[in-house]
Amino acid sequence: MASTAEIQSGLAEILEEVAGVAPADATPEKSFTEDLDVDSLSMVEIATAVEDKFGVAIPDDELGGIKTVGDAISFIEKNQ
Amino acid sequence: MNFNNTDVVVTGLGATTPLGGDVASTWDALLAGKSGVTRITDEWIEPFPAQLVARLAQDPSEKIDRVRSRRLDRSQQVAVVAAEEAWADSGAGDAGYDSLRVAVVMGTGIGGAMTLLDQDDVLEAKGPKRVSPFTIPMLMPNGPAAAVGLAIGARGGVHAPVSACASGAEAIRWGLDMLRLDRADVVLVGGAEACVHPLPMAGFASMRAMSTRNDDPEHASRPFDAGRDGFVLAEGAAALVLERADAARARGAKVYGKLAGAGGTSDGYDLVAPHPEGEGAQRAIGAALRDAGLSPSDVGHVNAHATSTPVGDIAEAAAILEAIGDHAAVTATKSQSGHLLGAAGALESVFCLLALRDQVIPGTQNIEQLDDSAAVQKLDIVRGAPRKATFTAALNDSFGFGGHNMALVFTTA
Repeated sequence: MASTAEIQSGLAEILEEVAGVAPADATPEKSFTEDLDVDSLSMVEIATAVEDKFGVAIPDDELGGIKTVGDAISFIEKNQ
Repeated sequence: MNFNNTDVVVTGLGATTPLGGDVASTWDALLAGKSGVTRITDEWIEPFPAQLVARLAQDPSEKIDRVRSRRLDRSQQVAVVAAEEAWADSGAGDAGYDSLRVAVVMGTGIGGAMTLLDQDDVLEAKGPKRVSPFTIPMLMPNGPAAAVGLAIGARGGVHAPVSACASGAEAIRWGLDMLRLDRADVVLVGGAEACVHPLPMAGFASMRAMSTRNDDPEHASRPFDAGRDGFVLAEGAAALVLERADAARARGAKVYGKLAGAGGTSDGYDLVAPHPEGEGAQRAIGAALRDAGLSPSDVGHVNAHATSTPVGDIAEAAAILEAIGDHAAVTATKSQSGHLLGAAGALESVFCLLALRDQVIPGTQNIEQLDDSAAVQKLDIVRGAPRKATFTAALNDSFGFGGHNMALVFTTA
C-alpha cells in the first residue's frame, strides 16, 4: 500500500515523463487539461503508467471523471 | 474558379539531411563533395544484402524537446525541424499573414513506418492495451504535414501528397497551385522521410533496388556510373516557403528565386519500372516548361532524380535529352545525400535554388566510368568538383514507384 505522499510523487514522475510537467507543479488541485496542458491521449498514457506503477487499472468510464491530480490520487488510494 | 497566374517565389528554406542539420551546413557539405553514407553496424543488419544508409547528420532531438518528440514519429520530427527552419528563414510568421490563409503541403513516401513496426512489436509482446494512443497520429501518412501545420499554426489547409519518391516535388507543385488558385497567401511545402528500419530495408533490398556495395559506403551511390547497383536509403526532410511575388516584395522578404512552373504526369506503364525512354518524365518536363513560359534552351541546370539504379538513371537521361537537349549542366546530388525518398524532391529543389543563388552547380560524385548508353554519354554531367556557371533556370526531376513523374522549374527572381 502506497501512502498518499508516495502516490503523489509517483504520479508526478509519470506526469513529467509523459507530459513534461515539472514535479513541483503536480499538486492535487491542478486540473490535467486546464492547468497542466495534458490532452486526452496523454491521459490514456498516464492511465497505463499508473497501472504499471501502482497496479491500479483505471477503466475508461472512470478516466473521464478524473479531472485533477487530486482525483487521480484518491482513485489510486481507494483501489490499490 | 479564380485562377490567378501570379508569380510565386520562395522566401524560406529548411532542411535536415545526412549532409547537415540545416540548409547552410547541408549546402556546404554538398559543395565540399562530402558523403552522408555509412554502413550500418547494428547486429540486425548481418543477414541483409544491402547494409548501407545515409542517416541524419544531426539527430532531431537536438532541436525538438523530449516531450514533444515522444508523440512524433521520426518522419514527423524531421518535417518539423526543416519546416521551422524554413518558416523562421522566411520571416512569414511575423509578416502579419492571417493564419486562415496559411497552408501546409508536406509529402512523405513511406510515412510513419517506424511507429507502425515498433508498435507492432509492443502488440505482439504486451498485447493491445499497451499499444500507444499516439500510434495512429504517428503512423498516418499525413502526420508530417499535420505536425508542421500545428507547429506554424496553419489554418488554411494541411495536405499530404503521397506519390512515393515524387511526394516532395508533388507537394511543391500543390503549393504552387494553391497560391495560383488563391486558396492561401503563404504555403509551407516540402517532404519528409525517416524509415531506416529492418522491414523497409529488407523490402527495398528484395526489389533489388538498393546498392550492395557494402564495403565502400561513400562510393556506393553512383548515379550515371557504369558500376551503379542501386540507391542508398537516406532519411531527412526539406521545406520551402512559397508566397506570391508581389506580397513578398511588399513586405521586403528575402527571395531565393521563383517557382516558375511545375508539371506532373503518370507513366501508365509499370508499377515500379520506369518507361525505358522516360516517356512520362519527358511529358512532365515539357509541361513544367510550358507552365513556366520557358523554352528548353532556357534551362541551364538539371538536378536529376538519378538514384543510382541501373534502369532509372538511363530512362531519365533519355527523358532529359529528349525534353530539353544536351546543353544543360546535369547533376545527381543523391551521390552524396543518398535517396531521401519522399523528401528527395524537396531537398533537390532547395539545391536548385541555392545553385541559382550562388551560380554554381554541385558535382556528381563517384562516376569512375560513365554509363555507355547513348543518352548518358550525350548529357553534360557535372562530375567531381562544383562548376561555376551563369544560368537563370534550373529544373528538378522527381519520379516515384507507381509511375509518378514530377518536374519543377525554378528561376532567378
